[in-house]
Amino acid sequence: MTETTDLRAKQPRFRGLEAGHRACQGCGEALAARLVTEAAGPDVILTNATGCLEVFSTAWPQSAWRVPWLHSLFENSAAIASGVEAALKAQGRRTKVIAQGGDGGTFDIGFQALSGMLERMHNVLYVCYDNEAYMNTGIQRSSSTPHAAMTTTSPPGKARMGKRHMKKDLLSIIAAHHIPYAASASVAYPQDLRRKVRRAMEIDGPTFLLVHSPCPLGWGHDGTLTIEVARLAVQTGLFPLVELERGEVASVMPLRRPVPVAEYLQRQTRFRHLFADGDHRAREEREHLQALADYNIERYGLMGDGDDPFDSEGADTIRRGGPART
Amino acid sequence: MLEALEGSQAIARAVALCRPQVVAAYPITPQTHIVENISKLVADGRLDTQLVSVESEFSAASVVLGAAAAGSRAYTASSSQGILLMAEVLYNIAGLRLPMVLTCANRALGAPINIWNDHQDSMAVRDSGWIQLHCADNQEAVDTTIQAFRISEATDLPVMVCMDGFVLTHTLETIEMPDHKVVDKFLPPFKFARALDPRNPISLGTLVGPEYFSEIRHAQHKAMTDALETIVEVDRLWEKASGRACGGLFTVEGPADAKVGVLAMGSVVSTFREAMAELPSRKKAKLINLRAFRPFPAAALMAACEGLTDIVVVDRALSPGWGGILGGEVKAVLADMKKPPRVHNVALGLGGRDVPLEAWTAVVAEAKEPAGFRILDLEPAKLEPSDL
Repeated sequence: MTETTDLRAKQPRFRGLEAGHRACQGCGEALAARLVTEAAGPDVILTNATGCLEVFSTAWPQSAWRVPWLHSLFENSAAIASGVEAALKAQGRRTKVIAQGGDGGTFDIGFQALSGMLERMHNVLYVCYDNEAYMNTGIQRSSSTPHAAMTTTSPPGKARMGKRHMKKDLLSIIAAHHIPYAASASVAYPQDLRRKVRRAMEIDGPTFLLVHSPCPLGWGHDGTLTIEVARLAVQTGLFPLVELERGEVASVMPLRRPVPVAEYLQRQTRFRHLFADGDHRAREEREHLQALADYNIERYGLMGDGDDPFDSEGADTIRRGGPART
Repeated sequence: MLEALEGSQAIARAVALCRPQVVAAYPITPQTHIVENISKLVADGRLDTQLVSVESEFSAASVVLGAAAAGSRAYTASSSQGILLMAEVLYNIAGLRLPMVLTCANRALGAPINIWNDHQDSMAVRDSGWIQLHCADNQEAVDTTIQAFRISEATDLPVMVCMDGFVLTHTLETIEMPDHKVVDKFLPPFKFARALDPRNPISLGTLVGPEYFSEIRHAQHKAMTDALETIVEVDRLWEKASGRACGGLFTVEGPADAKVGVLAMGSVVSTFREAMAELPSRKKAKLINLRAFRPFPAAALMAACEGLTDIVVVDRALSPGWGGILGGEVKAVLADMKKPPRVHNVALGLGGRDVPLEAWTAVVAEAKEPAGFRILDLEPAKLEPSDL
C-alpha cells in the first residue's frame, strides 16, 4: 500500500496555510482556512479579522501563511479588503482579495463593514468561518450561536436554558444585497467547499461563503469528531448547504434521509443541559431545535428524491480518520 | 497663479495634485466640502483615483489602511466624531507603519454637540502615532498637504494635516496653487517596500507577544522623533521647489528682544499675526507658531524659549480635570531648561467661540497673571451660580 506521504508528494497541492500553526487539535476553522486557500490558489491577498485564526497562525516572528496576509482589527476585515481591492484596481492588478472572519467578526462587530463592502460591489470573496461563538475570548455567545446552546455568557441554570435567542439568519441578509453569489459550506464536505470557493473566485464582484467550522473546545466534543459533528449539522437540516445567485436560491445539497437533531446535539456538551432527566424545558428546547431543522428542510426544499452522489451522504462523505458514526 | 479659493476646494485640488490612487471618506461637517470637491474632480475626469464612498469613518480609515498596505497612495479626511470613530483604526495604521495622509478639519467633540472649531478631535488621537501638523492659513494647508505625502512616504508614518474647521475650510483666501509639474517632481510615485504582493507574500499585522512588543514600540517612537528632521528637510525642499516654506517645526515671529512669548497652533496664529501688525501694543511679545505638534519639537522649543521670562500657551482644547493639553506639554518640556520661563496656560475659542484681534492683547496680558490654567474667554454671567 502506498504511504500517505508518498501520495502527497506525487500530488503536490498549493497550501496557503501551512502546517505548524498553533490551532487546537481538530480545529474546524484551521481546516476550513486550509481548504479555502488551497482551492483559491496562490494569486490572492487575504485579510483577516482578529480572532483564533489570526492568533494561531501568526505569532511573531512566525507566520503560517504562504500568501500575502493582512490583519488590522476585529471589525474591519471587509473594509480593509475593500481598500486592498481598490488599490489593486488602481494599479491594474487582477489578484483576488479574500476577506476572512469568524462569526463574531462577521455576524456582529464587522456586520456593517461587510454590508458596505457588498453594497459597493467590491471584487472580494468574504469567507466567514462560523463556529457559532466568540471562541478566541473563551466561548461567549454571538448572534450566530444556536438557540439553547451553552456558552460562558449564555449558561444554563434554573432560570435559563442556554442562549435565549435564535441564530441570526445571516445568509438571508447577505441575499438581500443581491450579490452575484453566496453560499454555505461545511468542513465535512470538502469537495463541495472547494467547488464553491472556485466558483466564487471566478466571479468579478462580491461573493460570500459561510463555512460551518466546529470548535471542539467550544462545542464540547472530541477533536477527532469535528467532521462527524459538522456532517450531522448538515444531515439534520440545522445547517443547510445552499447556493444563492443574486439573492435567489440556485441549488441546495439534498438530504438523503434527515437525521434527528438529537443525534447532533448529543455529541456536544454545549447542548448537554437539553438531555437533563425529567426537565420538561429540555424536551421543549429539543423539540424547538427539531422544528428549526424541519423548517430549514421545508424552506430550502432539502429533501432529495433518492440516492444522489452529491447529496448529504454521497461521495463527499469519505471518512478521513476518526470513528464512524454509530 | 493666485486664485481665490475656499479652503476645502484648495485642499481638494492639492490632494489631486498628489495623485492619490485611493481616496475613502464619509461625510461630516466641516470636512464635507473637501470630499465633495474631490468627488467633483473625479466626476469631471480631473482626478484619476479609486474613490470609495464608505458607510462610516471607521471604514474610511480601514479602506485607506488596506489601500496603503497594498501599495497605493491613499488619502482620507474627517472631523470631530468621525475622528473618534476612526480612533481604533488610526492607532492601527500607525502601528502597522503605513504611509498615508488624513486631513482633520478640526472641530469640537460632543456632548454638547457642536459643529464649530476647536482642537479637541485631533488632541483625542494625540497618542495614536500619527504625525500632526497644524496650519495657520489655507496656503499653509495646501503646501502642508503636499509635503505631508512626502514626509509620510519617507518615514512610513501616517500624517494628519490639521486645519481649523470653518475658519479655514469654509473661508475664501487667495491661494497660489502649485503647478502639476512642480508637484510631480517633488512627489515621485509611491513605492512601498512592504506592499502586499503574491510574488513576495508577507504577513502584515501579526500577533506580537511580550517578547517583541517593547522593541516595536521603541522603533515607532524613534521613527516619530527622527521625523522631526524629515519635516524640516521636506519643508526646505518644498521651498526650493515652490518658493514657499511653512516654517518647519515652528516659527518665531515678533520682536527678538521680547521677554514674553505666546505659543499657539492653527488659525489663531493668523489672527495673532494680524493683531501684532494692527493693534497698538505697549507690551512686546513674540509669537511662536507651533506647526509640528507630533512629533513634539522639545529641544528646538527649549532653545527658542531661551531668554523668555513668561510664556502664554494658547490651547484650543481641554483635558477636564487637568487643563490645557498643549500647555501641559510645553510646561513639561521647558521644565528642563536652566532658567525656564513661567508657563501660563489659557484655552480660548472652544466650540467655535470667536477669537477677535483683541484676544491677542488679553493673551499677552495673561503673562502678568499667576501661572496656571483658565478659559480666557469665559463669560461668568452665563454660568450657573454653583459653577462659578
